[in-house]
Amino acid sequence: MANALAPQKRMTIGEGGLALALTALALLTIVIAAKAYTPEYAFHAYLFTAASIAAVFAIANRYFSRPAEKPPLFTADGRPNYNMGPVKFATVAAMLWGIAGFLVGVIIALQLAFPALNLDLPWTSFGRLRPLHTSAVIFAFGGNVLIATSFYVVQRTCRARLAGDLAPWFVILGYNFFIVIAGTGYLLGITQGKEYAEPEWYSDLWLTVVWVVYLLVFLATIWRRTEPHIYVANWFYLAFIVTIAVLHLGNNPAIPVSIFSSKSYIAWSGVQDAMVQWWYGHNAVGFFLTAGFLAIMYYFIPKRADRPVYSYRLSIIHFWALIFLYIWAGPHHLHYTALPDWAQTLGMTFSIMLWMPSWGGMINGIMTLSGAWDKLRTDPVLRMMVVSVAFYGMSTFEGPMMSVKVVNSLSHYTDWTIGHVHSGALGWVAYISFGAIYCLVPWLWNRRLYSLKLVNWHFWVSTIGIVLYITSMWVAGILQGLMWRAYTALGFLEYSFVETVEAMHPFYVIRALGGILFLCGALIMAFNLWMTVNSQAVAGEAEIRLQPAE
Amino acid sequence: MADEHKHIDPLTGTATTGHEWDGLRELNTPLPRWWLWLFYLTIVWSVGYWIVYPAWPLLTNSTQGLLGYHSRAAIVDDLNALQAQRGPMMAKLASASTVDILADPQLIDFARAQGRVAFADNCAPCHGAGGAGARGYPNLNDDDWLWGGKIADIEQSIRYGIRSGHDKGHQGNMPPFKDVLKPAEMSNVADYVRSLSGLSTEAGADLKAGQKIFADNCAACHGDAGKGNREVGAPNLTDKIWLYGSDKATIVQGLQQGRGGVMPVWEGRLSEPVIKALAVYVYGFGGGEK
Repeated sequence: MANALAPQKRMTIGEGGLALALTALALLTIVIAAKAYTPEYAFHAYLFTAASIAAVFAIANRYFSRPAEKPPLFTADGRPNYNMGPVKFATVAAMLWGIAGFLVGVIIALQLAFPALNLDLPWTSFGRLRPLHTSAVIFAFGGNVLIATSFYVVQRTCRARLAGDLAPWFVILGYNFFIVIAGTGYLLGITQGKEYAEPEWYSDLWLTVVWVVYLLVFLATIWRRTEPHIYVANWFYLAFIVTIAVLHLGNNPAIPVSIFSSKSYIAWSGVQDAMVQWWYGHNAVGFFLTAGFLAIMYYFIPKRADRPVYSYRLSIIHFWALIFLYIWAGPHHLHYTALPDWAQTLGMTFSIMLWMPSWGGMINGIMTLSGAWDKLRTDPVLRMMVVSVAFYGMSTFEGPMMSVKVVNSLSHYTDWTIGHVHSGALGWVAYISFGAIYCLVPWLWNRRLYSLKLVNWHFWVSTIGIVLYITSMWVAGILQGLMWRAYTALGFLEYSFVETVEAMHPFYVIRALGGILFLCGALIMAFNLWMTVNSQAVAGEAEIRLQPAE
Repeated sequence: MADEHKHIDPLTGTATTGHEWDGLRELNTPLPRWWLWLFYLTIVWSVGYWIVYPAWPLLTNSTQGLLGYHSRAAIVDDLNALQAQRGPMMAKLASASTVDILADPQLIDFARAQGRVAFADNCAPCHGAGGAGARGYPNLNDDDWLWGGKIADIEQSIRYGIRSGHDKGHQGNMPPFKDVLKPAEMSNVADYVRSLSGLSTEAGADLKAGQKIFADNCAACHGDAGKGNREVGAPNLTDKIWLYGSDKATIVQGLQQGRGGVMPVWEGRLSEPVIKALAVYVYGFGGGEK
C-alpha cells in the first residue's frame, strides 16, 4: 500500500463490507456470550466471535498478499480461469465429515444392539448422537459434496469462472461453520426437536445468510456462462438450492425466548406443525438427497463413461415431473394420524405418480452406459456410480410402495423405514458421492489416482455392508410390524412391546456389522485419496482421457 | 455449436441435440414407451383413487369420495370387530369375581390370555418377562408372598399398589436403624438373621447379642422366630428367598437405610377385566395359595 510505484491496490467493497459485517457480528456475539442464559449458548456465541475474528484476519491477510488486479476471468490462452480452491476445500471437508458421520452411525447402531454403550452420559446418549449422525451424513458429508460438485460442474459446463471473489469461500466456510454449531449443539442438548431440522433459531438464521449467498454465486455463474444452453446438471442443482431455501424458511419460523437464549418456539403448532415438518422432511430427501445428487449423476457418469447422456427428452420430462410431484408427497409420513384423510390421500397418490419420474433419472443414468458396458468391468469408480443409480431405482420403487396406506400400516414406525432410508443413503447418495470424489480428486490436484485396486476393495467391502444393513432391516421391520399387529384367536395381542424389542437384537447386531464394513470402505477411500494427493504421479495418458475436456 | 446439429453418436446411431458442454453431449432418444405408459397408468390410478376416497380440500371440508371412507370410522369398526371377537367371554370376565373366574376353566384360559399381554406390557419392566423378579422386585413364581398369595390378596396388591399412597394400598415399611443401633450391634443382628436360614456367620459374631437385639427391634414385625408377617409385608427371614440379597453387607445396608419398595396403583390405569385377568395370570404362576 505504501509503495507508490506498484499498481494501486484497493480494497474491494466485498472485502471491506464483509470484514465490517463480521467485526459487527464478533462484537454482538461477545455481548450475547456475556449475557447468555446457559453456558452451552455462551459457548456457541464465543464460537461465532472466534470464527468472525479469524475471518476478518483472513480477509486482511488475503488482501495484503493478493495482486492488485482481480483474477482474470480467462487465462491468456482463452480458457476460463476456473476457481477450484473452494471446491478442493469442500471435497476434503466432505470426506472428513463423511467418516465422522459414518462412525457416529456405527456407534448408535451398536447402542441399539447393546444399550449399555449409551454410557449413562447425556452427551453420548442415543437421543443426542442420532441427530449428530443424520446431520453429519446428510448435511455435512452430503452438503459438502453438493457444494463442491456444484461449484465444479457449474464452472465447467458454463465455461465461466465462479462468480464472486470472497463469496464462494464465504459459502464453503460459512456452511461448515453451521455444521460445527449444529453438531456441537446436539451434543450439548441444544435442539428444536424437528427431525432433520434440529438446529436452533440462530443456526437457522446463519444458514439462511449462507444459503442465499450460495444461490447468488450459482446464479451469477450461470449468468456469465459462455455456453448458449444450461446443462441439465445445473437445472437440478438450481432446483436443489432454491427449494432447500424455501423449505428451510417454511419449516423454521420460530420465536426465540430471548436473544440471550438458545431456546425458541416454532410458529406452527399441532397437526399443522407436523404437516409442515414432513413437507420439509420429505422434500429434504427430494431436493437435497435426490435432485442435488441427480445433478452429480448427470455430470460425472457421462464424463467417466465418456458417453453422451441417454436421452435429452427424458431428462426434461423427468426433471419437471419430479420437481412438480415431489413437493406434494410429504403427508405419506403421517398416514393414520390426526392429519385429515384428504391430505393423506394426496400424499399417497402423489408418491405413486412420483415413481416413473424418479425412474426417468435411473434410466438416464444407467442407459448412458449403452455402448460402454465393458467399462463396468475395468473401472470400479464407474461401477460404483452405476450401482448407485441401481440403488436409486430400487429405493424409488420401495418409497412409493411404502406410501400406499395398506403397506404403510405394516411398515410405519418399524425398522423397514430405516432400511429404506439407508438403501437410498448408503446405496444411492453415498455411492454417487464416492464416485464423484474419486473423479474430482485426481482432476483437482492433477494427480493419477493412487490405486484402482483399492477402489475395487472399497466397492466390495461397502457393498457387502449395504446388503447386510438393508436386508437385516427389512427382516427386522417386517417382523416387527407383523408382531405388533398379531392377535390371538381370543382377540388379544400376541406379543408385548418388549418382546418385539427383544426380537430385534440379532438384526441390530447384523446392521451394526454392515455399518462397520461401510465405514471400513470409507477409510480405504480416504487412504487412497490421501496417497493420490501426496503422490508425485502427475496424471498420465490414461487419466488425461478421463479428464474433462476443455 | 450450430455445426454440431447433425452429430450422430456412432455407437447407437442416435442423433445428439447438437449441444456440447465440457465434452458432454445428450442423445435425442425418445421417451421409453413402457416408461411413459406406466407414468400415465399411475396418474389414472391416482385420479381413480381421488374419486373414491377423500382427496381434494374445499373451503370448509374436502371431497368425500364415493366409498364414504373415513379413518375415524374405520378405527371404530376395527374396535367393534375386536369387541365382537372377545365377545361374551369379555362380558363374563368383567362381571365375574376373581374367585368365580378360578372356578371356570374356560374363563381361566381367557383371563390368562388377556393377563399375559397385560403383564408383559405393564409388569415385566420390574418383575421380569416371566415374573422372576429382580433385586428389590419380588419373584412371583415362588410361594413366598410378602402380602399374601390368595387370589384376593394378589388382586388387592395389583389394584391398590404397595406403599403407593392409595388409602387401600398396603402400608408399612422397614425403618432405618442407623440412629438406633450401633455398627457392632448391626453386625451382630445381621449375623443372627443369616443364622436363621442356616447361612454361615462371621467368626467372632455374638449371636446371643444379635438375638437380643432382634427380639427388641425386629420381632415386632418379623415375628419372634423371624417367620415374617404379611399384615405389614415383613418378609420371612428363615427361608432361602431374599428380596435384596442374603450377603451380610446387603443386610447391614437394609438395617442402616431401611427398605420400602413401591408398587404403583393400577386401578384406573387398567380396566377392571384387565386387573382381574392379571390377578388370575399371576396366581397361575405356581405359587398361588388356596
